[in-house]
Amino acid sequence: MEPRTELINPAPVVHRRKTLARGAALRTSRTHAEADEEARDGFDAEEIFEHIKDINDPEHPYSLEQLDVVSQAHVTVDDNTDRIKVAFTPTVPHCSMATLIGLSIRVKLLRVLPRRFKVDITVSPGSHSSEVAVNKQLNDKERVAAALENPNLLEKVDLCLNGQTVM
Amino acid sequence: AMLSFLGRGRGGSGGGAVVEAAEAPIPSPDYLIRDHGGSDEKNSGKTSDGAADAAAGGSSPSVSLANGGALEVVAVATLAGHSDRVWCAAWEPHGRALATCSSDKTVRLWAPSAAAGGAWVTVAELDSVHSRTVRSVAWSPCGRLLATASFDGSTAVWVSEGGEWECAAVVEGHENEVKGCAWSPSGTLLATCGRDKSVWIWELQPGNDFECVAVLNGHTQDVKQVTWHPTEDVLLSVSYDNTIKVWEEDPGGDDWSCAQTVTAAEGGHSSTVWSVGFEPSGLRRAVTCSDDRTIATWTATGMQGMELSAAAKFPCGHDRAVLSVSWGKCGLIAAAGADNSVRVYGAAGDAAAGWHEVGTVAAAHYDDVNCVAWHPTQHDLLASCSDDGSVKVWSVRARVADAHAEAHGGGRDTP
Repeated sequence: MEPRTELINPAPVVHRRKTLARGAALRTSRTHAEADEEARDGFDAEEIFEHIKDINDPEHPYSLEQLDVVSQAHVTVDDNTDRIKVAFTPTVPHCSMATLIGLSIRVKLLRVLPRRFKVDITVSPGSHSSEVAVNKQLNDKERVAAALENPNLLEKVDLCLNGQTVM
Repeated sequence: AMLSFLGRGRGGSGGGAVVEAAEAPIPSPDYLIRDHGGSDEKNSGKTSDGAADAAAGGSSPSVSLANGGALEVVAVATLAGHSDRVWCAAWEPHGRALATCSSDKTVRLWAPSAAAGGAWVTVAELDSVHSRTVRSVAWSPCGRLLATASFDGSTAVWVSEGGEWECAAVVEGHENEVKGCAWSPSGTLLATCGRDKSVWIWELQPGNDFECVAVLNGHTQDVKQVTWHPTEDVLLSVSYDNTIKVWEEDPGGDDWSCAQTVTAAEGGHSSTVWSVGFEPSGLRRAVTCSDDRTIATWTATGMQGMELSAAAKFPCGHDRAVLSVSWGKCGLIAAAGADNSVRVYGAAGDAAAGWHEVGTVAAAHYDDVNCVAWHPTQHDLLASCSDDGSVKVWSVRARVADAHAEAHGGGRDTP
């Protein structure tokens, strides 16, 4: 990505951070082997949301939760079939950071979840001008795998996961 | 392209003008029982008694029977060694070894070892060439050369000299990740495809050199796989643009061009097409699979003007993308799923019934199954490989109880 002087969204709306309804223990990043040991522990939407809400927006020093890009209501977990769906809402419909945000969510969940989960990540319907194209890219496992072999892109993802911006 | 309805097919002979077999029904494929490449017995009309073994998720996946199914899929070997996801598995054309490639940047060759009591061992490790994921591996028809396509943008060609494998050539040209490679039936042409939307054709020269003879543009997106017709120099490619393309050399012999594009409108797919393969004998039909959760078979005419006609399209029981298909000499189609499953399909004697699932391993691996490949000579063997880093070899055969009942004049499944 080229360095940019103008932000995609110069005036994001920041939402008040929701407090925890209950004390769900936050699982830290670990290897798949360790994750599989806890494989049979149940997961719910709240726990998944806990993992992704503090991912940083690439452009602004705010979390995806604070910008209302992700919300617990848009996380679906079927623990019986091991399917997770996350829908995120970019702050503006033409957001070119959408794939980076989606990729960051995917990487975070990849690192913390047991392997048994299949994760679908999409932009919320109607929230992006290239919705179909973005969704297809985010859910093509080969495209994702190749992208994550790109050290520059991985570095940007890690910045978001570490609470920093990419700009 | 002409749509061909199920039950009718255009007989394509390999040796001359297209022969039109008016209203000829597609013959039912042979099912295998037990023996390797030997007695093929038709199991048409056999129905499931409804009992379905629950597929266990875990160390020893058992087999479940779909409606009308009659076959069991039994794990014969689990090959561990790769340290990252395994993308592709390909059998040496004479069945002497299995090649697999991985995100660990290596290629492994496996074979059963007499010294190890018949256990499968790694007989060669091809490394230190690719700097990124190796995505596809393909044997030349003679089994002497092995092509490996990598995300690093290159395709390496390996040759075995006196039992030692070495990299004989590296062809470069694609702008980014190479995703597929395939040899023409004569072994003189190597096709590659990749994310740069192009298909390249390379001609093998003396001394294991390669010369680029064509760069084929036409796909509007990432090209996932290429495969050649079993006997003709006709190339098929499938893509993220949801289409299948047929490529042929112009009559003058100077140029290659796209002879046909199959979209959803012609009975094709509505999402990324991941894989394409040909029926190895008989009618030489083609099969494709897609992110749209369907598998489609195609009749294909031979010689000039190859044309794909939709023969059948069926939802295949996968609830996620179908990543790979393989048509076996036993007549069955195997499919690898992003839902961790390996499924086998057959077409019953009654052609109107169409293709249906005859064998399933719902939890064949712990993660996505990226590739399935039928053994070229032992017709009941099937290889699969997965994101879980393992490779498995399966035997697909009639359930022992059925064979026993048949032998004793029964023929009904025991409940």
